[in-house]
Amino acid sequence: MPSLKDLKNRIVSVKSTRKITKAMQMVAAAKLRRAQEAAEAARPYAERFNAVMAGLAQSVQGSDTAPRLLAGTGADQVHLLVVMTSERGLCGGFNSSIVRKARARVQALLAQGKTVKILTVGKKGRDQLRRDYGAYLVGHVDMSEVKRLGYVNAQAVAKDVLDRFDAGDFDVCTIYFSQFVNVVTQIPTELQVIPATFEPAEESTLYDYEPSEEGILADLLPRNIATQIFTALLENAASEQGARMSAMDNATRNAGDMIDRLTIQYNRSRQAVITNELIEIISGAEAL
Amino acid sequence: MADTMHFSLVSPERSLASMQVTEVLIPGAEGDLTAMPQHSPTITTLRPGVLRATGPEGVVEYVVTGGFAEISTDGVTVLAERAMARNDVSQDDFDSMVQEAAEAHGKARETFQNQPGPVDDAAKLLADMVAMGTHIGMSTKQSSL
Repeated sequence: MPSLKDLKNRIVSVKSTRKITKAMQMVAAAKLRRAQEAAEAARPYAERFNAVMAGLAQSVQGSDTAPRLLAGTGADQVHLLVVMTSERGLCGGFNSSIVRKARARVQALLAQGKTVKILTVGKKGRDQLRRDYGAYLVGHVDMSEVKRLGYVNAQAVAKDVLDRFDAGDFDVCTIYFSQFVNVVTQIPTELQVIPATFEPAEESTLYDYEPSEEGILADLLPRNIATQIFTALLENAASEQGARMSAMDNATRNAGDMIDRLTIQYNRSRQAVITNELIEIISGAEAL
Repeated sequence: MADTMHFSLVSPERSLASMQVTEVLIPGAEGDLTAMPQHSPTITTLRPGVLRATGPEGVVEYVVTGGFAEISTDGVTVLAERAMARNDVSQDDFDSMVQEAAEAHGKARETFQNQPGPVDDAAKLLADMVAMGTHIGMSTKQSSL
């Protein structure tokens, strides 16, 4: 049975924890709004880009001159997984769910006898993957210094990936990130970027191309990787804040429940002490 | 004949312009072109340069680097990797762009020593960048250029 003093201390400590989680929740809410706006602002570019690329890709598909980024290397032996996670913890199952998805894929690939390479973006994913697949980690992009996610950050990641591709380090590249749906739902997603995949275009206007279709495609495919990575990073940022917000909301509520329970326990034991003292006084008076 | 068309300029980070215009001057990779309403559908890549949109409210100019322009029956959409209103471009911005191009050029020269293609491309990018600077009244600091 804890003493009154111990209970009081615990209540105070849980109360200050609640203050912290409440503050974190509000910070996450503010950041989420900004992250969502950023993701929203980037959407028109990504959508137009994808539409044009899809049209272009369709017209060159099957021809022998299709660039390697689109057609692939012809092999499917070495897989590069780009796992994007957050730099900070305390965001619920956000990082774990992305890592779980990537891990399932790694296991499937290894079972098929493929070679796996992993490039991590964000500290948390690297920490989780290092334990089991430390040998497969080929690189890491540090985002902890990044205050505001910009296109340049995505370009840096894309450049890393493209350099490896040009060096013939891998055949297939898949990125892992979390798709933001709303504050409570984030879907871990995998997307294959090399060889590039496109949703088929519905309308097909006949365009003139300057320079040639192949020339444009060769110019745009690397940019397309950067765009896809940028979209993924933005989605991830919004998801992270959303996950943190709901995790911190839960924590705040739990702390509240705990305070209620402890307060009842505190009051009960205080009452018991008073009753005890009364009994002592009365029985003392009766004995006289 | 419609005398205006829709013009939008988007960069990966945000949408910079969305308005009705009568003509747009696009710095295409193969040379400048002006798109007016009823232009035949075209897709062209961009070189670093100045994009000028003329609308009923006047002329707006943007500095763009990289990306492509899509001219369709509904209007012109320019997707630029980097885009800024011309008046917002500072000397620092310009310097960093030129430096980036210079680095790319240097790297291309190292990697593809005996292949003229990539090196020429990088050299052209750098030259375009410098030409754009002259156009908007900015000089390059680096004496090596």
